[in-house]
Amino acid sequence: MAEAIFSIEDLRIEVPDMARKPLFGPAPRREILKGLSFEIARGSVLGIVGGSGSGKTTLGRALLRLMEPTGGRIVFDGQDITHLSDERLRPLRRRIQMIFQDPMSSLNPRLTVGRIVAAPLGARSSDPRIAEALDQVGLSPAFAGRYPHEISGGQRQRVGIARAIAMRPDFILADEIVSGLDVSSQAQVLNLLERLVAELGLTLAFISHDLSVIRRLCGRVIVMQAGAIVEDAPTAALFDSPAHPYTRELLDAIPTPDPSVRW
Amino acid sequence: MSAFLEIRDLSARLRGTRERVLRSVSLQVPPGTVRGLVGESGAGKSMIGKAVLGVLPRAVEIVEGEILLEGDDLLKASPATRRRLIGAKTALVPQDPLTALNPSRRIGRQVTDRLVDILGWDKARATTRALEMLAEVRIQEPERVMRLYPHELSGGMRQRVLIAAAFAAEPKLIVADEPTTALDVTVQKQTLRLISELQARHGTALLFVTHDLGVVAKICDRLSVLYAGKVVEDTGVEKFFATPGHPYSAALLAATPRHTDPTSSLRPVPAAVLDAVGDEIAAADAAWRPHG
Repeated sequence: MAEAIFSIEDLRIEVPDMARKPLFGPAPRREILKGLSFEIARGSVLGIVGGSGSGKTTLGRALLRLMEPTGGRIVFDGQDITHLSDERLRPLRRRIQMIFQDPMSSLNPRLTVGRIVAAPLGARSSDPRIAEALDQVGLSPAFAGRYPHEISGGQRQRVGIARAIAMRPDFILADEIVSGLDVSSQAQVLNLLERLVAELGLTLAFISHDLSVIRRLCGRVIVMQAGAIVEDAPTAALFDSPAHPYTRELLDAIPTPDPSVRW
Repeated sequence: MSAFLEIRDLSARLRGTRERVLRSVSLQVPPGTVRGLVGESGAGKSMIGKAVLGVLPRAVEIVEGEILLEGDDLLKASPATRRRLIGAKTALVPQDPLTALNPSRRIGRQVTDRLVDILGWDKARATTRALEMLAEVRIQEPERVMRLYPHELSGGMRQRVLIAAAFAAEPKLIVADEPTTALDVTVQKQTLRLISELQARHGTALLFVTHDLGVVAKICDRLSVLYAGKVVEDTGVEKFFATPGHPYSAALLAATPRHTDPTSSLRPVPAAVLDAVGDEIAAADAAWRPHG
């Protein structure tokens, strides 16, 4: 197995449960990630699936250290980042990128595509790296001059991908990035990610509730339920012989586009 | 058997423009059957449902066509008659169960409202019916749930409440607009099964708007594939998945990922197909002569 870019040990996150806070005194604590341990190998694509409220997005936020864990360890490329200060995290930030679910709200409507992609690089939009990144996601240099509202949803999502890969990051987190797209744009974005993973050797964690999408893209899948990992297996094995009842339930519930498959 | 809902040559356009958003749409939904409306965003799927329910946005006007509910043309009826027909014979299962329920009112009232306000039932009868329906959608302890507020229920429970409310008045037609898009897959499966089961038991005609061909395969009998407000194919479900009759339909299927077949390549809808549909639409527009 390749070297791990991320090693997660017994990761826990607790938040105050404000719904149960008494009038005086502190709110009771509620654990939303309950001791997760797994690794992400360099150059691999990890799928994270689970129902709503299972903690998949919280896990993503913890990996990016947008949230500080209340227990356990997150080791990124040999460095323990579990409790690093914002200042000490800053140099790591450019190595860890994110692609967001809703490209409309994650692209600044007042900036051109070129400036959006250039911003995290601290570069001008004429920088050759911008045209290169756009080219890698299949957008012609002409797109650099357009605004987000002038392009389609699928194209916006590709701008989000271009912005992430332009940084040449060691790791990209993609949180439900195709769930808002039509099938045709979804197919384009998935094909694009498959190609980029192969060509650039990206390391990717792909959060999704859609197992058909996970199956195409990911080498390994972790299945989450109620803040815990119930199954962690190579994708083919997970689909062929799911071990946990919840995984079976998820697989069983996929609406296959084939009327002869009974539900 | 004659269709409960029949739409004939329905065209609608943005007010003050010549741009049609629905292009001579025709379809039928016989009682006890499910018709899917599929297509990409902006294809006009929801617009058809809204036209039937009489809730089109102000910016859209119907230019011609007929919407027949059991033979009565909604578009020729007076506004009062139209409201009465729609209120008595149709219901909606909306997409987002949270925004569709009033957060400040108890579940029970929200199920009985329609029965009391539109159909003029007395409260006791409406309450009995609401309890029956909540039990039919398998909500445990319906008496207790009647007194709860929407935020106290899970997403799946809320959607079941809305399904109960939709079926409560025994409508002949239900429009379901992406009713499971906001739900988890496991809850989606339960909810779709429930809708199917109630629809079959009550003999309801169902117009099912969705972008998910997987869902179509599980619930629909027939489907209309829409592109830019035009029905490009009207076909049976088995036939659609076996031998799609229009290149655009075939392209949509080829773009849909299947977990059972992870290695075959996904193909986005090819530009050539889009150009061809575009030409087809331009030709239809050129030939179209609105009467009046």
